[in-house]
Amino acid sequence: MTEALAAGDRVACTVGSTELGGTYITDRDGMRVVKLDSGYNIGVHPGRVRFAGRPRAAPGPGIEVEQDRSLPELAIISTGGTIASRIDYRTGAVTSQFTAADILRAIPDLARIARYRTRVIATILSENMTPSLWQELARAVQDEIRAGASGVIVTHGTDTMSFTAAALAFMISTPVPVVLVGSQRSADRPSSDNAMNGVCAASAAVSDLGEVVVVMHDTPSDDRCAIHRATRVRKLHTSRRDAFASVGLPPLGTVAYPDGGVELGPGAVRRGARPLELDDRLEPNCGLVQFYPGMDPGILDAFSGYAGVVVAGTGLGHVSTPCIDRLGALTGDGTTVVMTSQCLDGRICDRVYDTGRDLLAAGVLEGGTMLPEVGLVKLMCVLGRTRDPAEVARLMQTDLAGEMPGRTPHGL
Amino acid sequence: MDFEKVGLVAGIEIHQQLDTTTKLFCGCPTAVRPVEEHDGEFFRYLRATASELGEIDRAAEEEMKQVRRFRYLAYDTTCLVENDDEPPSPLNEEALEVTLQAAKAFGMTPIEQVHVMRKLVIDGSNTSGFQRTALVAVGGLLPNGGRIDSICLEEEAAQRVEDACFSLDRLGIPLVEITTSPCLRTPDEVRETAAHIGMVLRSTGRVKRGIGTIRQDLNVSIREGARVEIKGVQELDLIAEVVRREVARQMELLEIRAELLAREARVEDEPVDVSGIFAKTASSVLKRAPVVLALCLRGFSGLVGRELQPGRRLGSELSDYAKKCGVGGIFHTDELPAYGVTPAEVDVLRSALGAADRDCVVLVSGTRSKTECAVRQVARRARCALEGVPEETRRMLEGGSSAYMRPLPGAARMYPETDVLPVSITGERWAAVGTPELLTERARRFEREYGLDASVARQLADAERLPLFLKAVGAGVGPSLAARTVLATLKELSRDGVSLDRISDDDVAGVLVAVETGRAGKEAVPALLRAVAEGSRAEEAVAALGPAPGQEELDAIVERVIAERAGFIAERGMAALGPLMGVVMAEAGGAADGRAVSELLRRALKRALE
Ligand SMILES: [Zn+2]
Repeated sequence: MTEALAAGDRVACTVGSTELGGTYITDRDGMRVVKLDSGYNIGVHPGRVRFAGRPRAAPGPGIEVEQDRSLPELAIISTGGTIASRIDYRTGAVTSQFTAADILRAIPDLARIARYRTRVIATILSENMTPSLWQELARAVQDEIRAGASGVIVTHGTDTMSFTAAALAFMISTPVPVVLVGSQRSADRPSSDNAMNGVCAASAAVSDLGEVVVVMHDTPSDDRCAIHRATRVRKLHTSRRDAFASVGLPPLGTVAYPDGGVELGPGAVRRGARPLELDDRLEPNCGLVQFYPGMDPGILDAFSGYAGVVVAGTGLGHVSTPCIDRLGALTGDGTTVVMTSQCLDGRICDRVYDTGRDLLAAGVLEGGTMLPEVGLVKLMCVLGRTRDPAEVARLMQTDLAGEMPGRTPHGL
Repeated sequence: MDFEKVGLVAGIEIHQQLDTTTKLFCGCPTAVRPVEEHDGEFFRYLRATASELGEIDRAAEEEMKQVRRFRYLAYDTTCLVENDDEPPSPLNEEALEVTLQAAKAFGMTPIEQVHVMRKLVIDGSNTSGFQRTALVAVGGLLPNGGRIDSICLEEEAAQRVEDACFSLDRLGIPLVEITTSPCLRTPDEVRETAAHIGMVLRSTGRVKRGIGTIRQDLNVSIREGARVEIKGVQELDLIAEVVRREVARQMELLEIRAELLAREARVEDEPVDVSGIFAKTASSVLKRAPVVLALCLRGFSGLVGRELQPGRRLGSELSDYAKKCGVGGIFHTDELPAYGVTPAEVDVLRSALGAADRDCVVLVSGTRSKTECAVRQVARRARCALEGVPEETRRMLEGGSSAYMRPLPGAARMYPETDVLPVSITGERWAAVGTPELLTERARRFEREYGLDASVARQLADAERLPLFLKAVGAGVGPSLAARTVLATLKELSRDGVSLDRISDDDVAGVLVAVETGRAGKEAVPALLRAVAEGSRAEEAVAALGPAPGQEELDAIVERVIAERAGFIAERGMAALGPLMGVVMAEAGGAADGRAVSELLRRALKRALE
């Protein structure tokens, strides 16, 4: 016979001839998970776990957050992600659950940089982010800036952070820094990068910047963060702290840790250079597809009826001859097709080889130096604003938010 | 000392590295590297986090008194997992298997579903800030009737190179931790138990050997004392001494308590800033310091300087606590005037604090924040002296005394390692786990099967190159020749600087077979193995000896040697045998049978002397 137990109940369990006391945590794979008094968790067959009492819940230690009124005020908008995470005992997985206010308790060092007001628009893992949440986020950022925030910090899971960053950059013209930040290593570990990234993000948010950026570890050490332009940044490693990199141009600047000293390069847009404007129109019915050798052209038919498709082609921007025909069919039906490159770095040029010239003839637009996913986000924004093909083509090939600088730097 | 009378209760925790192919949570080899071979470095800060129970562990809190930057050295045998830049791989099955073997040998019961935990460790020795550890089995028995509480499988910490610099090669090597219940009553019993557990672990044949691969932590308390954990005892022979010295320390502390209570001693609440008194002092430490704070310990005079253990005084304990705040140490009036502090300065100091002769004044110097922190620590430890023995984690010092490390950790320091899935130990799996033949049993078997001496058999059973012995004997080599080679010849060669890792078991067996079949003399074994170490194959080395000389040839050599050294023989008599033996063997070549040569030479010598 097994008893109904609630998490936190005192239990006694039997392992062989040994009696062990502990706290019931959860059930897992048919076993009762018990936290022993030694601190270890073990899984025990339910028949060998006995209820031993239900302790009264002790109130958690309430730590008040103090704010220094002489400091500038920042808004922290929380979307979830591992900068603010907690352990889920049911699955044993790390999930994002804390509200933005909890971040201040988790990273007390933030208090010496600014005052904060916090706002939660979502508590999701970043793979569950949606274009409509980008819009909600853009409106929230505008609200906060209107309400006088000296800068805005958006906490975000790292997986799709660069999509959200690009979306904000296309939707908002901002006079103050809008900083996206997250952590690669879970916030529940003493070595988490959440604290350093958070401190650097706050430092960047009170700095002389005036655009949407991503601030994350620059090296494997806890020495500095890099400030990346929202439309040129990419996650290039699954797990390292310094996973984020600017592609095709150097970072806009750095933030030293722990002192928070911000250094901005000449390319960074400065505070106050642009007025506050929001255009949150967006056409979510767009897709992104990566070409590969032997790709069944029929796959492209799935995008029939889409407002736009971005293709990540090979090299200078190519797909196979059979695929060109299908892309031509899509453009013929009014779908905007934009070519970007799997190379990520460098410019699309479809005038060099035959397949390229055929693509242009099929009505495919060259995506310049745009990263494929940035091209997708931009296409959503552009198609949200106009459906006039000539205007769409013009906007897609115009630099709107630093996504396609006119010159490709030589990088020497 | 009558340990029963003082109420000694001790337990032991043994940490033994496993000799597995890969580390516990990544594919890196378990190789320990010379520090100068590191090929990368980085640095990190660690901060304590709330555990699943929402508390910060007090041991971790202690470490947080110093915000520290840790430097890590990486190698071409370490990866992103050691850097805490990649999630861990699943638990190493080979390591779990060895752990289960040991558990079975101790008669323990396995945990049905093993969960990997994160044990908070923020002293920098783990890049993540926690050590991964899993409880694998509970409830074992010791030969003396005591109990083993648990066996855990955990990852080894990084090796401290210096202060806040750690080497990542050792991080992640599998480690079994075996904890006895507090069932040991004498220092010798503690030592014997440690030896027994070590023997059982080595019986698996899958543990690492050498300095630092096994470490013992001791839990010691006496009646009215307190539980104290002494970490990092590496030599088995020191264990009893460490226990004796801890008993002595606790007894001294209890006597100090009695004396303090009799004196109605107390610790002042507030320190006094005495920077001014030492503005022009000859003590460079105090003169250099931005701030000097003094705390009066009323009624403590003479007791702060009292020895608790060889080389350790109550003052050392106060100093250990103060150092947690980053100050270099303390001065106290039981040892002053000294270190450049003059009698006059001591007088001024005493009067500034209103300190009588029966009081002791402690000085702490450094920056404002460090000294304030350190003075609070000194006060805390001094107040503990009024209570008796504080519960502590201590580290062993050379010789067997110990120094304060941190408070005993509480249970709050663990939370689940969510990146590693639990592992089930099913009934079938447990049934399939083999128990190792214990070294003690193996020694008895060797005595029986090979007719070896008890002591030779015991050494052989525990020898690192036991497989070599078995291989040689299997190839027809006599057990005593094989045993002598493993236990003596190889050690002598190693002592002479011959690199043994260049001599394979096959080569040694080849050489011994040549001896056994009469193609080489026993005396030639060291020379042959040297040749192997220098790159020859065993067969080549034996061939290079040339054929053994025939009887006539041997007679001729002996005659000639005796004739050439008539004077030496006349002088030494039969004692010339030894030196001449070497000369004859050199001339006869290594293939000659030493015993036959010796007999021949003895007879010839006898004749010559007649
Ligand atoms: Zn590794």
